[in-house]
Amino acid sequence: MHHRYDVLVVGAGGAGLMAALYAAKGNVSVACISKLYPTRSHTGAAQGGVGAALGNVQEDHWEWHMFDTIKGGDYLTDQDAAEIFSKDVIEAVYELEHMGLPFSRTEEGKIAQRKFGGHTREFGKAAVERSCYAKDRTGHMILQTLYQQNVKAGTTFYNEFHVTDLIIEDGRCRGVVAYDLSTGEIHTYHAKAVILAAGGYGRIFKITSNALTLTGDLMSIYYRKGLPLEDMEFYQFHPTGLSKLGILVTEGIRGEGGILRNSTGERFMERYAPTIKDLAPRDIVSRSIITEIREGRGVGRDGDAINLDLTHLPRETIEQKLAEITDLARTYLGLDPIKDLVPIQPTAHYAMGGIPTDVNGLCLSDGHGGSIEGLYAAGEQACVSLHGANRLGTNSLGDLIVFGRRAGIYAAQYARQVDYAPMPENPEAESKDMLNRMKNASGTDNAALIRKELQETMMNNVGIFRNGPDMEKQVDIVKELKARYKNVSVSDPSQRYNSELMEAMELGFMLDCAEAMTASALNRTESRGAHDREDYGERDDANWLKHTMAYKDLNNDNNVLIGYKDVSLKGYTRAFEPKPRVY
Amino acid sequence: MTQAQITPSTPATAAAMMTLKVKVLRFDPEKDKKAHWETYEVEASAGDRVLDVINHVKWYVDPSLTFRRSCAHGICGSDAMLINGRNRLACKTLLRDVVKKSGDTITVEPIRGLKVEKDLLVDMEPFFDSYKAIMPYFINESPEPAAERIQSPELAERMAHSSNCILCACCTTSCPIFWVNGSYLGPASIVQAHRFIFDSRDEATQQRLNIMNQNTGVWRCRTAYNCTEACPRDIPITQLIEEVKRAVMYQQA
Repeated sequence: MHHRYDVLVVGAGGAGLMAALYAAKGNVSVACISKLYPTRSHTGAAQGGVGAALGNVQEDHWEWHMFDTIKGGDYLTDQDAAEIFSKDVIEAVYELEHMGLPFSRTEEGKIAQRKFGGHTREFGKAAVERSCYAKDRTGHMILQTLYQQNVKAGTTFYNEFHVTDLIIEDGRCRGVVAYDLSTGEIHTYHAKAVILAAGGYGRIFKITSNALTLTGDLMSIYYRKGLPLEDMEFYQFHPTGLSKLGILVTEGIRGEGGILRNSTGERFMERYAPTIKDLAPRDIVSRSIITEIREGRGVGRDGDAINLDLTHLPRETIEQKLAEITDLARTYLGLDPIKDLVPIQPTAHYAMGGIPTDVNGLCLSDGHGGSIEGLYAAGEQACVSLHGANRLGTNSLGDLIVFGRRAGIYAAQYARQVDYAPMPENPEAESKDMLNRMKNASGTDNAALIRKELQETMMNNVGIFRNGPDMEKQVDIVKELKARYKNVSVSDPSQRYNSELMEAMELGFMLDCAEAMTASALNRTESRGAHDREDYGERDDANWLKHTMAYKDLNNDNNVLIGYKDVSLKGYTRAFEPKPRVY
Repeated sequence: MTQAQITPSTPATAAAMMTLKVKVLRFDPEKDKKAHWETYEVEASAGDRVLDVINHVKWYVDPSLTFRRSCAHGICGSDAMLINGRNRLACKTLLRDVVKKSGDTITVEPIRGLKVEKDLLVDMEPFFDSYKAIMPYFINESPEPAAERIQSPELAERMAHSSNCILCACCTTSCPIFWVNGSYLGPASIVQAHRFIFDSRDEATQQRLNIMNQNTGVWRCRTAYNCTEACPRDIPITQLIEEVKRAVMYQQA
């Protein structure tokens, strides 16, 4: 089946829904494709809040937010993106409120704000209340509100359609190819502009806060075309996932006064970040936790967790403001945070890297100013690079609404100015080949076993602490898994709702993301933000203050080519020079 | 019967491993005339989620087993199923909630009242059509202030329960009225209507009350409480429906 829209959005989480709303305001025809029903998107799992310098509780300024974001990103953050973001996110939060989002409120009836990791006043002096929240289900409320507004706007949705290919010819995007899960049919979408907003790929790790569906599909499809993925080595481990399960426990807990304690009961973050302690950025807290565990001060049966202590907080705070995580602790661990310590461990959470874009969401084809006309990206799957080497808590939700909106606006503007570029003949040919190969493969390899091996080895070899020999080993492991992947056969022959086929396809996408991540991480011989190397312990600005651009070598499927892109070290009105990062 | 082994995924509170029989109601429209039971023997621990068990069956025993799932921790609302005769989210139901000892059987069926497309996966379109019928979006045409609209913490708290809904359909598909009359908007849609009717900032209260007053609306409810019992988010749904009934009666929220 063939469709035609001026602007086509792929993904229906926060970034995709915001992009669809704003594209529609630009008077163009818009449709949104998602492999899920929109309200199932993982934006809904975000808990703690969206950071914006509203100053509702304490004095705050966008410049402070900009500084914190850049320092949090260990100076790899592009400062032009950070300046746009810190200013625009204020207005964007008000806009969400105007869309009806049920924020928690201050006594005066303003949007309530709380402290969060790495968010400070006066350039690092002390923690500041910047996170605007709706209890501890802010992402859920953003997802619901944006979906509601799309229902109001009459956006066309194609739910449970898996995108299998992007049509790019002569440097211009012409549309996408998608597989309709309900019928097994291939659909082609001819579009003047396409916006990619399909989320991250945390499922390449064993312990993750990410949904089973976060498999890096669109990053992989982009990368398979020989186009670059930026800063893939920078992957965030959230310090507090429920022990063994990896389910997210919001940093908002520590914002409300929760404390991390080791097996001796010590508040160990005082040693690692004397000024802001438990509210240090996530990369630092995650490393501190692993260090405590390695030195034998972990808790739990395997000694591989750390306790999160809320027991000193007022019952009302826990039940009112932290109801979501209270429910999670009770459901999954049988523990009551009002009186029990909650065992946590770092969990793979968020990709700082992804499809490179400029500040308007336009996708970049290299590190020297090249771009793909008509192709935009936003959200976790994109790398504008707001987050640099480490994202601050709350800045993901801010990123979705600020850069999702910009992608929608600029994609619509572009679509109004151009005609449809012709589609090639048989645009669906490659997708059909790929799906047929999997359906007709005669091998005996099991996709689930390969996936499990990938997840375990990525966790061990490209996790929180990294070193050359382990990552070299992982390069070979990924090669071997890719070879085995070619032998995966799909045994379910059905046309309708063939989820086995989709899971097998997703595994192929995950392998690409793991390959790009491992190669990028092995190549960067320094420690910066979330990328921490035991064999290169220091940040090295002289050689490495630059973005990585990883390309699949189209002549050798197992080879990754590495290029670079300059960091934008100046905003439009403010600039912050790289300094040592202490908290 | 198929043999399978499962690795415990939640040993933090893990009890000893046990062997379970998982009875799943299967239906493939491309080959089955009607649904039939299949039973899988699975080794698992009490702290495992039902989702872990059926994922295990899909990954290692019978890959054709079909169901929806995404977040795996009760926030996305994809995996509502009828588990041991009660609507629940497979990812929020631990084995210890549904079995007592090794050798026990758990049954897993699709939620009721919506057309089964394949195995545990049902047609969600009628559910979302009912959702869309209640104008599920904020309406306030007054000029927007430069900053936020002011709302007291007390007024904000009136939406605490209704805004917690994840649209999983556990409530609506446990409602006996919905089973016999699919045109009833159902508890989930009424909860969504409640969220806007009781929002002090929203200006379309009257229009929504009119929708609730139609014969597909709130008066169909016979307070069976099935919805409240089924809700994985602990929303007191029957109470919210009563509040909407009262608002319709007195024509104000």
